[in-house]
Amino acid sequence: MTEVWGSIGQLVSDVQSGKKSAQELVELSLSRIKEFNPEYDAIISILEEPARKRAVEIDEKLKKGEKAGRLAGVPFIAKDNFLVFGAETTAASNMLKGFVAPYQSTAIERLESEGAICVAKANLDAFAHGGSTENSDFFITKNPHDKTRVAGGSSGGSAASVALSLAPFALGTDTGGSIRQPASYCGVVGYKPTYGLVSRSGVVAMASSTDCIGVFARRSEDVALVLDIMSGEDTLDSTTIARDSSAYTDLENTVKGKKVGVISEYFGEGLDAQVKASVDSIIEKLKLAGAEIQEVSIPSIDLALAIYYVVVPAELSSNLARHDGQRYNYSAPDFKTLQESYEQSRSQGFGAEAKRRIMMGTHVLSSGYYDAYYKKAQTVRTKLINEFKAAFERVDFLVGPVAPTTAFKIGANEDPVAMYLQDILTVAANLVGIPAVSIPCGFDSNSLPIGFQVMAAQKDDRALLGFSKGVEELLI
Amino acid sequence: MTKVDEKYKVGQYYPTIGIECHVQLKTKTKLFGTASNEARDAEPNTLVDQVCFGMPGALPVLNAEAVRLAAKAAYALGTKPQKFSKFDRKHYFYPDLPKGYQISQYDQPIILDGSITIHLDDNSIKTIHITRAHMEEDAGKSTHPSGADYSLVDLNRAGTPLLEIVSEPEIHNSAEAKAYAKELWLRMKYAGVSDVDLYHGNMRFDVNVSVSKDPNKFGTRSETKNLNSFKSVERAVDYEIKRQIELLEKGQEVVQETRGWLDDKQKTVSQRSKEDAHDYRYFPDPDIPPVVLDDEYLAEIEKDLPIMPDEWREKLQGCELDRQLIETLLEFQVEASTDFLSLLAAEKTTAKTYANWIVNVETPFMREHTGLVFSSESRQKAYVGVNKLVIEGKLSSNGVNSLLIKLFQMEVPCEDVEAVAEELGLIQMNDSGVLEKIVEQVIADNPKPAEDVKGGEMKAIGYLVGQVMKLSQGKANPAEAQKILRAKLGV
Repeated sequence: MTEVWGSIGQLVSDVQSGKKSAQELVELSLSRIKEFNPEYDAIISILEEPARKRAVEIDEKLKKGEKAGRLAGVPFIAKDNFLVFGAETTAASNMLKGFVAPYQSTAIERLESEGAICVAKANLDAFAHGGSTENSDFFITKNPHDKTRVAGGSSGGSAASVALSLAPFALGTDTGGSIRQPASYCGVVGYKPTYGLVSRSGVVAMASSTDCIGVFARRSEDVALVLDIMSGEDTLDSTTIARDSSAYTDLENTVKGKKVGVISEYFGEGLDAQVKASVDSIIEKLKLAGAEIQEVSIPSIDLALAIYYVVVPAELSSNLARHDGQRYNYSAPDFKTLQESYEQSRSQGFGAEAKRRIMMGTHVLSSGYYDAYYKKAQTVRTKLINEFKAAFERVDFLVGPVAPTTAFKIGANEDPVAMYLQDILTVAANLVGIPAVSIPCGFDSNSLPIGFQVMAAQKDDRALLGFSKGVEELLI
Repeated sequence: MTKVDEKYKVGQYYPTIGIECHVQLKTKTKLFGTASNEARDAEPNTLVDQVCFGMPGALPVLNAEAVRLAAKAAYALGTKPQKFSKFDRKHYFYPDLPKGYQISQYDQPIILDGSITIHLDDNSIKTIHITRAHMEEDAGKSTHPSGADYSLVDLNRAGTPLLEIVSEPEIHNSAEAKAYAKELWLRMKYAGVSDVDLYHGNMRFDVNVSVSKDPNKFGTRSETKNLNSFKSVERAVDYEIKRQIELLEKGQEVVQETRGWLDDKQKTVSQRSKEDAHDYRYFPDPDIPPVVLDDEYLAEIEKDLPIMPDEWREKLQGCELDRQLIETLLEFQVEASTDFLSLLAAEKTTAKTYANWIVNVETPFMREHTGLVFSSESRQKAYVGVNKLVIEGKLSSNGVNSLLIKLFQMEVPCEDVEAVAEELGLIQMNDSGVLEKIVEQVIADNPKPAEDVKGGEMKAIGYLVGQVMKLSQGKANPAEAQKILRAKLGV
């Protein structure tokens, strides 16, 4: 993959010094989208006119000697579940097709206020339900490394966009691995912050207690700059937390002396041998670089997927209740009664996966089953949280693979349960609320990228980004 | 349950009633969004934001003022707020519920285990326990135009903060139900947590009524919803008791169901039976962190608590006001009554006079002239000033009303009430020289009645006093006039 953009920091200083213009950057992004998207289907909609207008504004500001922000003129792509004011926001679903956002997500608002320009909205599994973007109600995003394979999901469009250098960075959401897994499949850095570090306001909700807003980029430094701008408390989301007092941009990249725990449960049955070899090799490099490597066991981690597929469907079945055909969403044209309007609108508007998850969620919350499923799952979740806490008392970081395999062939995982197993190594971080990153660490024999996962304790985002940068440097 | 007392028995049946009351909390904005909560005169769907419209991505953020008001209400319900409470989602589909769930408090509400004393017309009192009170958001308002094939939804009310107060089933007749509703209303008003305007739905009552032959067992209950007056609470309870007894007497069963009250027909009608009951699928709302109140917060609330009705009752009883007058006084506007009641408590000897003025003169006048502002300072000066004139005999009883009404309309507190009375020609003639001359004139003009009085026919003296009043154009002090008449006529 060729480097088209270089580092975001360099781009911004070029724009600010007049070496490059915001308009040039936007045009480059638009032309790459037009060149590559027909082949890879990463993008749902292009915000051509508003992006050009913003670029002109930024260039004019700079010409007048005014400040244009820490991301002046930098184009980016947002997963199509972010509300961008005045732009269509579909969540890749027929249910929201044609929905024009009347307000804007906090993440986009903060990036724009620092001069970043949203140029396009990226494809995803409808409502972020899936691990391959095959569940998009519109089209399947193809892997930039092999068009016959999936880009991963649910943020597959965002991951592919960065891999194809359509823009220097892209936004995604990670509810159970939806940033890290496609980042791993597409060979880019995918970062899921601590739960609550970035406001969820204005992002179509999947599961409220695990949804995280995160970043795809070519390097950890770029992720850090974007996160530095997006993160922190928001009066529109009461689950947000105060960010680190020191900036994420001035990172400490040492790996020497860091205590690194290798999650033993993550190297069991089902892990592809080439993935394992690649991850083992980076762990070896860390050891050589002076990191203290030790094995760590998190016994309840094997239950993470089971907890996840109780808690997440429960929450999403509730969050999707607002799509009832009565307001901004898809409304079935023919009905006789109110009840029929609900039934028809939801039957026609939701795809198979959304329906499957709504039914699971409705079931586990229903009277008589709540204690057996939802309550029990939350109890085990607390146990898992405590095991992670205990682990982070012994080590600074936990490491392992991101996904059991590299990108699979389109159509290869038609069984929903097989698809759910894709999340097996990523869901724990979401249930526990800790930050986690996927760093490209090599390729398999088919030249498909492999990701290395690093997790840190809650709110340790700054340390994680620094360590991630250190790992990148070992790979050069 | 505790055994129902024999005195409540209706025929062979013991009625039991529990009441749920929805109180709209008076916040500036809604429970979870930034849209205004002042919905009374607003055009439909103008007080909405992404949160109460249930837009994708919109998240609820709890209104701290609503929590403060609910915490205050806890004290008004004879308890303290819970230090830990949380919000849950209650799911059902309806067009006036945009998210497909209502945010409420399910198993850990902000208020648990309160109690209030209710005051019955026969002067007895009774304690009713409050099971719980929880915060929740109101739904929007649906209207179904008759004959139309559509319904209208107004989301101005969606997201209005409510406190739902649930009583224990310790009420056993309609008089107690009414007294309970009234006492809740008073307490919410005095706590300052709601506008308590029943007509505009600031408080709505749902009554759960059952009857049973066994005083140790509940019968099957019906729930009559959305009663918005004390009278309808009373009548709906009576109606339900009667209806259920009649059913059982006919050998039929009472169906567990939701009923509505038809005010024009004075009856309840079935709306929804238990078979249609929803499974609400409650679970903790992951978007809203639990509400944790610490000691400092509670101390702050406690510090600013207004005096509650029971304490006023005690103070006013000390002023020797009778119960009915006290209850009437307590029902007046909070601001006016709190200040006024302080005045009464301070001026015990004249409390009854003042109480009568506020009940019979001020309140009716102010209700007709809603634009007027009558400050507590104005009231203090006016009432004390007018009373002084009465005591000095300078003001006739007819003059009191006219003078008070003039004073109500003055923009600033009146410093010289006597001057105003004089300007209005309301000062009574107490000058005995002038009065004596008028009396002499009246005796001369009315020889027959004067003779009758002398002869011991005291009825005629009233006539002569009347003539004195007439001649003095109403300014004479009638008591003084009679005294002079008696002296002149030697009786």
